[in-house]
Amino acid sequence: MTFQEIVEHIKQSLAEEFVLSVNEQASPKCIEVPAEKLVELMAFLQSDDKLYFDSLSCITGLDNGPEAGTMEVIYNLYSIPFNLHLMVKVTLGREKPVIDSLCPLWKTADWHEREAYDMYGIHFNGHPDLRRILMPADWEGYPLRKDYEEQKYYHGVTVKY
Amino acid sequence: MANQVQYIFDDKNLRVSEPSVFEGRDLKREEMIVNIGPQHPSTHGVLRLEVILDGEEIVEVAPHIGYLHRCFEKHAENLPYNQILPFTDRMDYLAAMNNEHAFAMGVERMLGIENDIPKRVEYIRVVVAELNRLASHFVALGSYGMDIGAVTAFFWTMRDREHILRLLEWVSGARMLYNYVWVGGLFYDLPVGFEERCLEFTQYLKPKLAELERVVIENKIFVDRTANVGVLDPGLAINYGITGPMLRGSGLKYDLRKVDGYSVYPEIDFDVPVGEGKMGTLGDCWDRTWVRVQECYESVKIIEQALAKLTGEHKRTRDFDPRAMVPKKIRPKAQDFYVRAENPKGELGFFFRADGRSDIPFRCKSRGPSFVNLSIINELAKGGLIADLIAVIGSIDIVLGEVDR
Repeated sequence: MTFQEIVEHIKQSLAEEFVLSVNEQASPKCIEVPAEKLVELMAFLQSDDKLYFDSLSCITGLDNGPEAGTMEVIYNLYSIPFNLHLMVKVTLGREKPVIDSLCPLWKTADWHEREAYDMYGIHFNGHPDLRRILMPADWEGYPLRKDYEEQKYYHGVTVKY
Repeated sequence: MANQVQYIFDDKNLRVSEPSVFEGRDLKREEMIVNIGPQHPSTHGVLRLEVILDGEEIVEVAPHIGYLHRCFEKHAENLPYNQILPFTDRMDYLAAMNNEHAFAMGVERMLGIENDIPKRVEYIRVVVAELNRLASHFVALGSYGMDIGAVTAFFWTMRDREHILRLLEWVSGARMLYNYVWVGGLFYDLPVGFEERCLEFTQYLKPKLAELERVVIENKIFVDRTANVGVLDPGLAINYGITGPMLRGSGLKYDLRKVDGYSVYPEIDFDVPVGEGKMGTLGDCWDRTWVRVQECYESVKIIEQALAKLTGEHKRTRDFDPRAMVPKKIRPKAQDFYVRAENPKGELGFFFRADGRSDIPFRCKSRGPSFVNLSIINELAKGGLIADLIAVIGSIDIVLGEVDR
């Protein structure tokens, strides 16, 4: 199944508005979906018998910086039986980045979403255990944001040296 | 004066490693919370496990990670591509060559030069990557034996790993963190005489592997400790994103070297061993360990074939320059790119976003196999004994440098 066929299949089985735009320069090729439709689309991609994206390889959080004012969450899907790749992108506002969690569909989303929360402060609705994962629980700020400035002291130790 | 504390000391600092997920008041009768790690030899590094125990039975496990967090992704956003490469060594420090290979491959594909890399370079990359895969599996097998009480395995595997590290030191100048595979080429060509010496090593290794398999892996005590323990169902494994020997131990023939066929792996003949449930249930700790041993044989096979090519079809010539294709300026055009490769632990992925204007990636995310594989620990250990928890951690084969990055 080619990328065009996948996009057509999504549009026919669900609705036109599930695919906002396509990016064929990306590798694997990428579709952008509206944030509120994400879980419905992913559930379809996972269970559809022509696509069967059973493996969620990676979730990437991304900050476009204060000028652009957006954040992105990028999902890399892979279908083991059909050897298909797909990248799914969601754009969020930078002020209040909130998106539904994919934990009910893929257990692997748990730690990836916790990492995105830890590094970017993106909130995942319905996540069973949204805590910081790599940074200490009492760390201030979200380190991978483009306008991040580290705190002066952490438990009496100078952070920047 | 001598015993005076030298820094500002806060009493709260004493409490940062206390249990934080589970609370004492939620416990049922007879249950207790036990904190294992972060400084404990059987957790293979700085992993902390918060365990609820009912007697000796495990009710729930909550892993705490991040003690070895070195901000790989933040560094990567501030460095040119060729300078990020040494940082990838330090992620999975037991298999640095494999990390470099994956990273270099990704950047080469973004630049569109992946087909211009000389075949000799690719074969050398495969040889060093497979040597490093052997070394990584040796650490996994040896320390696993150590975890569950077999000391011999550790000495034997460390002895053979040392041979590999010497070989790689001869190639690159470093024992563990090589910076040998470059974007577009290699640091140097192989040293003169390496091919012969490496072939000698594979001849030496084959009987040693058989010996290891007979004495340790098929040992009755080892089998009793690992068979039917931590059984992983393949469906659950895929749902958790598990890859590598763990997934193959559950019986799924899924190896990215075969599936994606990157580098020169399609030209090489090798098998993908999968677990068969020989000593117990399919997908138990013994199966995962057995798959690792079988992969060692396959790696030896790959090395021998690649060496044959390196001494035959693509042999050393006077004017061969491994840096011929190394770009002066690495500036990929604007794109999103996800690359993946088979590490000893599983699928190592890099996500890049290049903005097309600078030599520095806008975003570089690494998807470490150990990070994802570790997340299943609660499912595997639940309902078992605390001794089985140690067996499960060892069979996952984590490297904390990659879990935390």
